[in-house]
Order: sequence, then structure tokens, then C-alpha cells
Amino acid sequence: MVLFGSWRNQVVRRRSDGRYDLVLDPALRETMGSLLGELDELVEAGPDDPGLRRLSPPAYLDDPDKDAEYQLLAGDELRSSRRAAIEAVLGSLEAEVLTEEELWAWLQSLNALRLVVGTRLGIDDDDHDHAIEVDPDDPAAPLWSIYHFGTWLQHSVIGALRA
Amino acid sequence: MSPATPTISPTEISSPEGDVELDVDLPWIVLVWNDPINTMDYVALVFQKLFGYSKAKADRLMLDVHEKGRAVVSSGPREKAELDVFRLHEHGLWATMQHDE
Repeated sequence: MVLFGSWRNQVVRRRSDGRYDLVLDPALRETMGSLLGELDELVEAGPDDPGLRRLSPPAYLDDPDKDAEYQLLAGDELRSSRRAAIEAVLGSLEAEVLTEEELWAWLQSLNALRLVVGTRLGIDDDDHDHAIEVDPDDPAAPLWSIYHFGTWLQHSVIGALRA
Repeated sequence: MSPATPTISPTEISSPEGDVELDVDLPWIVLVWNDPINTMDYVALVFQKLFGYSKAKADRLMLDVHEKGRAVVSSGPREKAELDVFRLHEHGLWATMQHDE
């Protein structure tokens, strides 16, 4: 896991009525929408994309038969649930106030996005986030930017939910 | 739960059906494994949400995952364990289940 506690929390704030203010630049909302649109297409296409591996992990490590049974029973449901969360985000993309349920959909979808992008980037140790600076000449720079965007927004959402 | 008010509820202990199944079924544990992408504060928050754990307990379990590589986050019959694993997977955590040894 990664420790992420240094950025100030200003994007999402808990209100006195239990809902949450979302103060996010329209351009970033648009970015979020297009990234999640792509993620949704990927999830819809099925579990074969290696980037999706982390979204459908095995439930049984030592029993392939039981795991096959689990994947058969839970796989579709997991995909539907993932897509429903993405849909909830797309439906509240321009909202200035979110319910806690909507905010959790944002959080789950941001996390799914980070898992897919992080897997594509081949992240395999806990120290990668120390290198926040993205080298613009790195061919993976756009993916790193998406990854850090996801981390930044997710951290803000978590700060508000834990406040 | 309040230990100050013990209650006797015979209806809950005299269920003749499924005893054999229960013996085989009870000792399942749900493990969450360390991974390099999920953040520490996210993992702790998910434990609070899914299992109703206090912030302190959720943080302790999260640190166990981080430092020891894995932690047992819940246990019970197979169906309950499988549901817990499913909900953890919905939240992107790397969860598995196995018999308690």
C-alpha cells in the first residue's frame, strides 16, 4: 500500500447536512468523465484485458475449482456493480453537492481507474508514489498523469469521508 | 453489543437442520493482501465501511496488511466469507478466503 497524506484537502468538503460539497474545475470534471467512459468500455468488453486483472482477483488461492465457481457466480455481478458505480459518477459529474452514496461511487470508480492504470504501468512496489514528478519524455507520462490525478482526487474524497 | 444485558434465546440454538454442514462450513477466514496500488487511507476506510469497524481497528488492520503482507479481516461460514470477499473486490481490494488453520 501507499502512504498518501501530504496534499491538502480542498476539493471535497463535508456539509452540515451530511452531504458533500464538490469544488472541482469543469475541465477536471470533463477529464474524469472521459476517463471513466473509457474504463466503462473496458469493463463492458470483459475480463480478458490484462489491465483488468486487479479488478477481478481470485477469491481462493489454493483451490482452482472453488475459484472457478466463484468467478462464474460473482464475475458478472462484479462487472455490473463496477459499471453501476461509473454510471453514478457520470450522472453526477456536474453536481456541486454529492450524497455520501454518490461520493462512494466516485471513490470506487477512481480506485478502479487507479488499479487499471497502475497495472498498465507495471507498478509493483510501495515506493513509486515518491516520484511524483513525471518525466515528459517518458512514453508512459500520460498514464502517470492519469494515475496521479486519480490519486489526488481520491485522497481528497477520502479526507472528506473520514473527517 | 452490550455484555450488560445477557439474554437467553433458545430458538437460536436449537436448529436441527444444517448442523453437519455448519461443522464443515464454519472456519473460513477472509484475508486482505498488501498491494502496491491501493492507498493506506483507502484500505482503512473500506474496512470501516464494509465491516463497521472503528477507525482505530480499521487502521490497525490496515497497518497489519501493510507491514505483515496480509491480515484476517473477517471470518464465518463460507457464504458470509464469500460475500465479504465479493464486497472487498467491489472496492478493489485484493481479498481471498480460506479455511482457518
